[in-house]
Amino acid sequence: MVSRTVTEQAAVKTKIGTGVSGPRGRKNPGGSGGRGNGGGDGFSAQDSPERYRIGMWIALASIFMLFTALTSAYIVRAGTGNDWRPIAMPRLLWVSTALILTSSVTISFALGALKRKEHSLYKRWLLLTVVLGLGFLATQLLSWQQLVAQHVYVSTNPHSSFFYLLTAVHGAHLLGGIFGLDFLLLRSWRKAASAKSEAKREAAASAVALYWHFMDGLWIFLFLLLFLWR
Amino acid sequence: MGRVLAVLIWLITLLTVILFVSKRWWFPENISQHGVGIDRQFTITLLVVAFAFVAAQVGLGYTVWKYRATSDDKKERATYSHGNNRLEVVWTAITALIFISLAVAGQRVWASLHFQDAPPGTFEIRVAAQQFQWNFHYPGKDKAFGRTDPKLINDGNQNFVGLDDTDEHAKDDIVAPTLVVPLNRPVRLLLRSRDVTHSLWIPNMRYKQDAVPGLEIPVHFTAQKVGQYEIACAELCGQLHYKMGAKMLVLPEEEFQALMAMSQPDFQKQRDEYLKKYKLP
Amino acid sequence: MAEVETVEDAHDGHEHHAGEVHRHPAPTSFIRKYIFSIDHKVIGIQYLLLAMFSVFVGLILSVLMRIRLTWPTAAVPGLAWFFGEAAPGGVMNPEVYLALVTMHGTMMVFFVLTTAPQGGFGNYFLPIQIGADDMAFPVLNMLSFWVTFVGLVVLVAAFFVTGGAPTGGWTGYPTLSAIGEQLNVPGAGRGTDLWIISIAIFCVASLLGALNFLTTMLNMRTRGLSLMRLPLTCWSWFTTAVLALLAFPVLLGGGILLLLDRMAGTSFFVPGGLSNGETLLPHSGGSPILWQHLFWFFGHPEVYIAILPGMGATSHILSTFARKPVFGYRAMVFAMFGIGLLGFFVWGHHMFISGMNPYTAMTFSILTLSIGVPSAVKTFNWLGTLWGAKIRFATPMLFAIGFVSLFVAGGITGIVLGQTSLDLPMHDTYFVLGHFHLVMGVAAIFGMFAGVYFWFPKMFGRMMSERLGRIHFWVTFAGVYAIFIPMHIMGIVGMPRRYAQFTEYKFLETLHPLVVFVTIAVFVTAAIQIVFLFNFIYSLFKGPKAGDNPWEATTLEWATTSPPPHDNFAGIVPTVYRGAYEFSVPGAPNDFIMQTDPDPSHEHEAAAPAVLERQGGNGDGQQNGH
Repeated sequence: MVSRTVTEQAAVKTKIGTGVSGPRGRKNPGGSGGRGNGGGDGFSAQDSPERYRIGMWIALASIFMLFTALTSAYIVRAGTGNDWRPIAMPRLLWVSTALILTSSVTISFALGALKRKEHSLYKRWLLLTVVLGLGFLATQLLSWQQLVAQHVYVSTNPHSSFFYLLTAVHGAHLLGGIFGLDFLLLRSWRKAASAKSEAKREAAASAVALYWHFMDGLWIFLFLLLFLWR
Repeated sequence: MGRVLAVLIWLITLLTVILFVSKRWWFPENISQHGVGIDRQFTITLLVVAFAFVAAQVGLGYTVWKYRATSDDKKERATYSHGNNRLEVVWTAITALIFISLAVAGQRVWASLHFQDAPPGTFEIRVAAQQFQWNFHYPGKDKAFGRTDPKLINDGNQNFVGLDDTDEHAKDDIVAPTLVVPLNRPVRLLLRSRDVTHSLWIPNMRYKQDAVPGLEIPVHFTAQKVGQYEIACAELCGQLHYKMGAKMLVLPEEEFQALMAMSQPDFQKQRDEYLKKYKLP
Repeated sequence: MAEVETVEDAHDGHEHHAGEVHRHPAPTSFIRKYIFSIDHKVIGIQYLLLAMFSVFVGLILSVLMRIRLTWPTAAVPGLAWFFGEAAPGGVMNPEVYLALVTMHGTMMVFFVLTTAPQGGFGNYFLPIQIGADDMAFPVLNMLSFWVTFVGLVVLVAAFFVTGGAPTGGWTGYPTLSAIGEQLNVPGAGRGTDLWIISIAIFCVASLLGALNFLTTMLNMRTRGLSLMRLPLTCWSWFTTAVLALLAFPVLLGGGILLLLDRMAGTSFFVPGGLSNGETLLPHSGGSPILWQHLFWFFGHPEVYIAILPGMGATSHILSTFARKPVFGYRAMVFAMFGIGLLGFFVWGHHMFISGMNPYTAMTFSILTLSIGVPSAVKTFNWLGTLWGAKIRFATPMLFAIGFVSLFVAGGITGIVLGQTSLDLPMHDTYFVLGHFHLVMGVAAIFGMFAGVYFWFPKMFGRMMSERLGRIHFWVTFAGVYAIFIPMHIMGIVGMPRRYAQFTEYKFLETLHPLVVFVTIAVFVTAAIQIVFLFNFIYSLFKGPKAGDNPWEATTLEWATTSPPPHDNFAGIVPTVYRGAYEFSVPGAPNDFIMQTDPDPSHEHEAAAPAVLERQGGNGDGQQNGH
């Protein structure tokens, strides 16, 4: 039975500060378990730029699951019904594939430039990546247009449904990546205020690059799926 | 308060056990061959479940009663223990053993229904589900099903299954909202649906199977008692789902044979006779 | 992507000086403070309020359902106005019943069971329990709440569109959900569109939330807080977030496909040769079973998303009020992982009679029953925690014990339903209803009630009324058993789910007394929730002031003020010295030792260095506190 008196006693006993050490608590807390993995010495866990990379990996896991679901739906659907008529591949897809492959290279260069602190080079590679990304999206739209001109629509047959669906979902995610790049670009015009924000900026850039490479690889996978498995 | 809680937990446990043991409400009578196995497996499982349920609840009540703090004296301490690994392992092993063997035992009836094809001499009936009625399609005198085509489905003409009248075999086919099966002879049903997913549910047969649009699902079973029984739909199929019912007649072989040889109008008349003769349980 | 960047921006706006941990100051404007707040505590409360709204709506829907089932021709005042032609004179048409079923299920599963334990309590207490000042991505956190909110608005809007609310059940099986409109099924038009869109929005929100939870837990634990020192609540939120992260995308994918089938004329789930009784429908080749696979691949982990946080809270609260360490802490953590992991490989047990491959069904059956093993480990350890305890019966403890009882009662019938051959008679009957309502509905809700009564003092600085809490517990506990145990019996008799009334079958007639009994129990149990609501609101303003640690608990949330300051620990980074549940340690001055308490006097005789350490800690703390 917890009575009110207990409450008040407890309030006195466990005042904040009792056993709460400062930010530079000097002694290893010890005990059986060892330390938490967050935060090295003098660098609070709560500021670690590592979180951008961790967060990105986690986000990619969920995007991976989304496309796994759609892929398994694709494979199952290809096996049911007798209405599966593969569409002819729009030639423009080779162009978009080339564009996105190149953009993966340019973003790697951008990241390298950032690490060497060559800021103007970083900006230029970043900008080129954005252009290539937009180019990719434009080419995807053009290939849709080609298909429409051939009277191949979303509902024409299951293969075309999946083609439109997968390219659209991938395109939407890539658009997100372009926003990310834009953001890096915007920030690159401002000087980093401290070593810490410099580290943050680098972490953010590498997270975006990771995302971008994933989108690249994802497109290659979808491309192969759509035109080899059919 | 610990004692009140313990008594409440025990009381709930007791009432639950009474509700199950009294069998005031229980399964409808089983009339199928495989149902015997299902009922046996259910009883075994229920005993295990009941034992675990009672043991856990009684144990919970006991700890709550026994280990309540009796005074506000702060000196009184609980036992300091972080657990007991050996107990943990033993307990895990025991439960794993029980659960897995139940799971394996539970497959027997399932295997007999799904892994063996219907035995020879099986009578085949096609089931065409639609919102909100069951159509049972019998081959008729010539023992061959007429051609069906979904294009020909026309509710206005009472052609619910899309029977092609130009087909020779179709002429004597019977389509009725009543499932008629022979006594002690295996029956094979071929389930189809023309609109949404339905589920054929015959409580007395201990059988349930979805009828899925686009699929043809075969099931087989044997009815062992003459009479009239109820069929329900067990998969949500729309606003009138609750009354998508039908009747099942289990008839002695001679009566069944005679009925199957009739023309559609005679069939309906005779079926109505049987529905009067064999009352619902 | 973009959100992640914004977070950095928000932080950089207030570059901090070296050594000072205090970061963004508390916002002062009303909108930034209470509406578009990025403080995880405010967001947690927002989630809780959203869930509370949903749970009461869902509750009212279930009361209406019981009325329809028990007295199909009864007129309910006001319904004629709300449902219009679908409820002439206040008498509900069958489709209204199905709309109630669908909305009740969707609202409860998504906006209550998924939202409150994780988005609500998890948001509020995960950062505090790991000694962080906020989530890893505060702006993202705010976004996930507001996206959830939009999802709820869209769902509720489905009540008010032409054609009425969706009637396809929360599982939304095609083809009913895909072509219902062409078959003139009420609610299959705009209502169903909104329903799918709402779920898709909810998926996105949950994914953002899960991302935040996982990063926070992996990256932001404070000094000394090793994994095995974490409170079990943290482990439950972590496991839940992993499940959400991997399960929700699959539902999202399925939802997109279903929406395309409805709106763009594709045939993912709709096969050919379907007829409305006159003409063929313009689809071909799709597979309705495919949806069931996608849905249940999400749907089964979802069950654990609902219940795991309840398990965590129960372990936490049982230990605190038993004044004993958790029995078998590691086993508890691994059992949670085990449940989560197995949860991904058992979805097929929802589909035994769907026409799936019978061999696959057998595999699913065996995997399903093996989930009983980690669940039994949890139950065993809860009882072990209580064994030899000195139990203090405050309301949170009552609900936690209730959780254990209900979890056993509801979970154990899974052994029946998980067996292929027993599923033949039991599938889609009230037996299933009784089973899952007890375990993922009511047990999970009891976990939440325990959480509310336990953490209310921390969140609002005031105690809830013990007397009202106890009344709430006794009636609810007895009430839910009275509702759901008889449902098992109804299922044994063969009563199918989702029937608007039971008047059409002779074999169901005998059950009428039970049906009436359950409905009365529902009325009583639903009515007593008003006591909870009153207690909650009254205590917000008039409850006695709570101290920082009213329950004499050990974990970090009790090491700060009630309610905690904007950055949780007033500029101090707490240091953790021991495991989460050090109660009744022999030789210690109190029967609990807080995680932040560096005093090892119960371990070593010499206490001198510890004193020095504590003084140092105090000094720093005061310095930074100002």
